[in-house]
Amino acid sequence: MSKISEAFKNKKALITYVTAGDPSLEATKEIILELNKDGVDIIEVGIPFSDPLADGPIIQKASQKALKNGITLKKIFEALNEIKEDVTCPLVLMGYYNSILNYGIDNFITDAVNTSISGVIIPDLPFDEEEEFYAKIKENGIDPILLVAPNTSEERLKEISKVCSGFLYCVSIMGVTGDSQAPMEHLKEYSQRVRKYIDIPLAIGFGIDSPTKAKNIIEYFDGIIVGSALIKIIDENSDDKAKLLKEIKSFTKTLKVW
Amino acid sequence: MKKAYFGQYGGKYVPETLIPALEELEEAHEKYSKDPDFIDEYQGLLKDYCGRPTPLYFAERFTEYLNGPKIYLKREDLNHTGAHKINNALGQVLLAKKMNKKRIIAETGAGQHGVATATAAARFGLECVVYMGAEDIERQALNVYKMKMLGAKVVPVYSGSQTLKEAINEAIRDWVTNVENTHYVIGSVVGPHPYPKIVRDFQRVIGDESKNQILEKEGRLPDYIVACVGGGSNAMGIFYPFIEDKDVELIGVEAAGKGLETGQHAASLTAGKIGVLHGSKSYVLQDEDGQIQLAYSISAGLDYPGVGPEHSYLHDEKRAQYVSITDEEALQGFELLTKLEGIIPAFESSHAIAYAMKIAPSLDKDKIMLINLSGRGDKDVDSYRKLGREVIE
Repeated sequence: MSKISEAFKNKKALITYVTAGDPSLEATKEIILELNKDGVDIIEVGIPFSDPLADGPIIQKASQKALKNGITLKKIFEALNEIKEDVTCPLVLMGYYNSILNYGIDNFITDAVNTSISGVIIPDLPFDEEEEFYAKIKENGIDPILLVAPNTSEERLKEISKVCSGFLYCVSIMGVTGDSQAPMEHLKEYSQRVRKYIDIPLAIGFGIDSPTKAKNIIEYFDGIIVGSALIKIIDENSDDKAKLLKEIKSFTKTLKVW
Repeated sequence: MKKAYFGQYGGKYVPETLIPALEELEEAHEKYSKDPDFIDEYQGLLKDYCGRPTPLYFAERFTEYLNGPKIYLKREDLNHTGAHKINNALGQVLLAKKMNKKRIIAETGAGQHGVATATAAARFGLECVVYMGAEDIERQALNVYKMKMLGAKVVPVYSGSQTLKEAINEAIRDWVTNVENTHYVIGSVVGPHPYPKIVRDFQRVIGDESKNQILEKEGRLPDYIVACVGGGSNAMGIFYPFIEDKDVELIGVEAAGKGLETGQHAASLTAGKIGVLHGSKSYVLQDEDGQIQLAYSISAGLDYPGVGPEHSYLHDEKRAQYVSITDEEALQGFELLTKLEGIIPAFESSHAIAYAMKIAPSLDKDKIMLINLSGRGDKDVDSYRKLGREVIE
């Protein structure tokens, strides 16, 4: 059983996202250690990209800030390597395909394995594009975590179930990350439809920004993913590290509504 | 070759939310491109609304001046709205109408595609939103004004380079959010499959007409076809019907901006490497870490760090050659054609003109060269005036 599957064993999982290098790579390391300490079950580490098509303004801004700080994929691997012994929860890399293609697929996999990365999420690489990539990371013990949207067809869900492992990333809305205004009423039916075809844990993300929202939807899913709301806290407290870590702690605590 | 690809280029590198829309679009395109009623309606629009066929004009004085091959200009500048962009905009908006989409979105650099899409949307009574980089809004004020007159909402994009690349990012984000009622009219042979094919199919009219016209005028095919390449839709449109005619040299001209060595250019095929941008794999300007670099050109329509995947394929196959022209050379082309022929070319097309100026004097006089004059330069006159160059007497 993979480390990610274990994170869902007999319980719901809280998954959080941080952009590597925002506000600095040093801070990212401390934030990851804090999240790990606070009981977050899986941590997604975002690889900043210049043209993040699936992201809303908050994560876009965080990515731009990180890029201004000179963050590269190589530096991210180095940073994660330094803390890997101290992080007990699975780490998942989330980034756009060009970063990986440019890094070299084999290099990427080697460094991901050496850094104890448990899963990879690439929002702009559907399962049927570069199929060998997902097969290869799986062979190396890394879970390919794929995304589905409310409009994904049943045919595609069937195909995705053959490729995806660890958990399935259910995009809650038709839209980009951080859109917390979008309606959530369809989520029960959505989760039921997806479960007909996919028997790994389902985590719901995009626009999940408060304990109230988490409470309303957690019964239909196996985990929630919180990104932009956390990035906002990081942004608001980036000048005061002690306060930043304290705010992260109290925010993540409220999110575990189960 | 996989359906969504040209060799190793193309594909659908997009968030899962967009896949159903791309599948729906592909199906609609396949259906309607064979539907006689659709074809009739589209051809009727091209003829009576756009003013096609556009002439193939023998540029006598330009030819004499360069003292090389006979030069013909394919006059896409004489289209309604002033450029080849209308061929694609009308085709796609007609397709959107058939797919019952109520809302049209587009991105624009120079504004020509925005104006063409706003025009087509007005013609069919559809809501239209155009994303445009804040810097381009500045550079192309007249086109912004026209889009608004045509009833489109122009949304300025302030992130990154504030040009075409960011406008496309924003348009894609809008599309992800509103995909069920919205059709995204991509303006060039870029983006995820099936866009590169759809745009090419709507633009191939340029090459089809050119072939007939040159056969009529000269009784043979041209030796050279020269067209500017940003995303590459006018070039793909004129190249496509000639791809099998191996004796015709196809030449795409990219923007070298301030010079390739300065890093301030938009020459993706000449100086880029393979990457994924805006949903497809192609040559892309990017740094060592795979971050997309900002392109630069005096011409807003060429100022794009990627290029259509089919061009990447033609480049690798060596079926077309891709060269580049600096801002300064393009301006000389702009000035010379205006002075000799009384035709003010768009800054984009001026790159093709400038490359012809470079090579024509060393080519045989019995050869024939065809230049795609993709658009007219009215939109650029104000930018030119601000450069303060001495008007040639």
